[in-house]
Amino acid sequence: MSRLAKLLGLLVAARTALRAAAGRSAPPPVTVESDVDPRRRVVPSSRRAEGVVALLLLIAALFAFAFPVIYIVSSGDTQLLGVALGGALLLLAVACIVAGKFVVPQETAVEDRGPLLVEEQTEEVIELIEAGGQGISRRAILLGAGGAAGAALLTAAATPLASLGPTLSALHETPWARGVRLVDDEGRPYLADEIQIGSCYTALPEGKDAESFGAGLLVVRLPAGFIHLPAARRDWAPHGILAYSKICPHAGCAISLYRYPTYAPTSQEPAFTCPCHYSTFLPGEGGRVIFGPAGRALPQLPLMIDAEGYLRAAAKFHEDIGPSWWGVHRAQS
Amino acid sequence: MNVVERYAHRRFERASRTAEQRVGMAAGIRWALRYVFPDHWSFLLGEIALYSFMVLVGTGIFLTLYYVPSDAQVVYHGSYPLLQGTQMSEAYRSVLGLSLNVPAGLLFRQVHHWAADVFIGAIVLHLVRVFFTGAYRKPRDLNYFIGLTMLMLAILEGFAGYSLGDDLLSGMGLAIAYSVAMSIPFVGGQLATLIWGGPFPGSNTFLARLEIVHVLLIPVALAGLITIHLTIIMRQHHSQFPGPGRRERNVVGTPMWPAYALRSIGLLFAVAGVLFLLGGLIQINPIWQWGPYHPYLSENGAQPDWYIGWLIGALRLMPNWELVIAGRTVIPNPFWGGAAFPLVVFGVLFAWPAIERRITRDARRHDLLDRPRDRPIRTAVGAAFLSWVVIVFAVGSTDRIFYRLGIPYTTQIHVWRVGVWVIPLVVFFATRSACRSLQRSGAHPLRAWEGNVVRRRPDGGLEVLGDSPDRIVPPATEAPVGTVPGQE
Repeated sequence: MSRLAKLLGLLVAARTALRAAAGRSAPPPVTVESDVDPRRRVVPSSRRAEGVVALLLLIAALFAFAFPVIYIVSSGDTQLLGVALGGALLLLAVACIVAGKFVVPQETAVEDRGPLLVEEQTEEVIELIEAGGQGISRRAILLGAGGAAGAALLTAAATPLASLGPTLSALHETPWARGVRLVDDEGRPYLADEIQIGSCYTALPEGKDAESFGAGLLVVRLPAGFIHLPAARRDWAPHGILAYSKICPHAGCAISLYRYPTYAPTSQEPAFTCPCHYSTFLPGEGGRVIFGPAGRALPQLPLMIDAEGYLRAAAKFHEDIGPSWWGVHRAQS
Repeated sequence: MNVVERYAHRRFERASRTAEQRVGMAAGIRWALRYVFPDHWSFLLGEIALYSFMVLVGTGIFLTLYYVPSDAQVVYHGSYPLLQGTQMSEAYRSVLGLSLNVPAGLLFRQVHHWAADVFIGAIVLHLVRVFFTGAYRKPRDLNYFIGLTMLMLAILEGFAGYSLGDDLLSGMGLAIAYSVAMSIPFVGGQLATLIWGGPFPGSNTFLARLEIVHVLLIPVALAGLITIHLTIIMRQHHSQFPGPGRRERNVVGTPMWPAYALRSIGLLFAVAGVLFLLGGLIQINPIWQWGPYHPYLSENGAQPDWYIGWLIGALRLMPNWELVIAGRTVIPNPFWGGAAFPLVVFGVLFAWPAIERRITRDARRHDLLDRPRDRPIRTAVGAAFLSWVVIVFAVGSTDRIFYRLGIPYTTQIHVWRVGVWVIPLVVFFATRSACRSLQRSGAHPLRAWEGNVVRRRPDGGLEVLGDSPDRIVPPATEAPVGTVPGQE
């Protein structure tokens, strides 16, 4: 019902606007001078337009009134509330614009643009300000001392900023150390035998803060043919199981894409891809970057399998995880 | 006048006198009521930004009443079944509650989000208008710098806002922001840990810090700059396009009272109305679908709000260069796309008025706007620069293009790494020649109709009465105010 009323109101408004536009498109008054004086003032005195505006305002009032009703009756249906308030505001908008164009006097005025810089006034201001320093002989000393006081005060005021941080040493730390067991996001420890070729697992450190940046690991198992680790890392991947930091060394997103060849002769080698900027890393080659903006390899965590068959970290990370910075420890390769 | 009107008139008169006896501002009010606004649709873009800001403040106040800036981990037991029993931060839980359990909460949050997108969009379009019409020239260069500063603040403000939710999308955005902060040469580590209160995801004070930045520091700065921006405009008067009777020394248009005020208030309501319809009917940032953020989680196909797209694009497009000297990472990779690129873009924009003054040796005051075609070099430089930024922006959605159209991601990146330099050159020459041919053809004259006025004679023939009285004043027929460069 109210939608119909709104439609009607819009139609009437559109017709009024069209008529007025038609009235205005008659040829303008003829003058041969090119430099016409554009000043004019027209008083429309249109009862019809006034009626349209009044109608629009009344429908707007209906819409606005509907808002509290909907709020109470439907306990806040987002769509209805939006239509009620948005509709009321749009109707008000149309009412204002119609009133501004067809109800109130239409005037084209000319205003002079004065100069911004008025020489005498500016000079007077300069003189007034400089007169404030009349009779002062040790001007340089005063200015210098004032500057020193100001700078010292600013430094003092800015000092507490230092207590916000920084704690740079923490940037080199992760929860991983020799013996920490790999668990899933519900705390269940990973058995080495559970790690299947072709899948990718997210691991967290058992009993440590899962929210810390270095906590997340990517764990995959690769057939021997895909593993080409540097000599120093030969025993980091027991039974072909490899673990890498899940945090992209480019911009800190968690890497969540893993591709594994479905048909080896034509598919590409297994790789991790970060969904933010698509840096692509080879798990078989120590996390080497083969595409995308990452400036260093994905940090690898040495693994071991304990007597019960669970996966554990064999050591700390040998380099820093997370995005690069001035003091980042890079891998020795 | 009937009785009621006479009574209202008397009351109004008395109220005016009562107020005047205390504030004495009649002269100022008179000046404001007669203030002349030149009419052109493109002048409304700045007003749309202003009105979006008002909607942002209003809806934002509502949202702050519910937001809890805490990263404390809690288990969700709210009304949304799919997240039952999920571990999440208190901040995320508060935004979920605000969206799903507070009546009209989702409406206000979605209106707020839409308003932010419209706000920055209107500022950018306003900037484009100002650039291509030469409105940044003296005396408006100062106001142009203020506008650019507000654009930077607005982008930062929008980013801070959608980062507060601590959903998966906002957490990923913060991780990238942290990495960009870390990548600043020499001091990045200190700076980032200073802001975050420690290594990412930061100390438990971080969300409170971000909230104060979002709800107090930047909004107050924006409100102050808006006030200065408008005060300077009022002092200088609006610029205007050339047209009948329009001169460097005057301003022709509609006075503030009553017609312009009504139309502008109408625009305020229209902006607010459209934003409320958008917020009510078109879903935006459904955080319950993203889930809570944990540093070890991410989602695929994540796209930020549009005004961050150019930074994502730059980060994606950049080859993996990282400057390492003696084991020290001097320039980590995110610096190029996340910091250097926006610095270059804003640096060029800030420097442009001075560059143009130096090239044209024109330091005079300009109050008449240029048509883009009449300044082919400026227009071509602007179009090329714009295309450069827009290409980088488009690269931000290469993964969506891959998903929708199947063009391999790597191919797109390799093509755009070349295209981002070649296409702006093509755009430069194409725009310059288009401007020149438009100038020659004289097609689409500015705000006027072309042709002759004719009248039918009694014998049935037509007689020509003269040119169009709306004939435009060709540019440069009137010298700008002041004749000595550098002076008014």
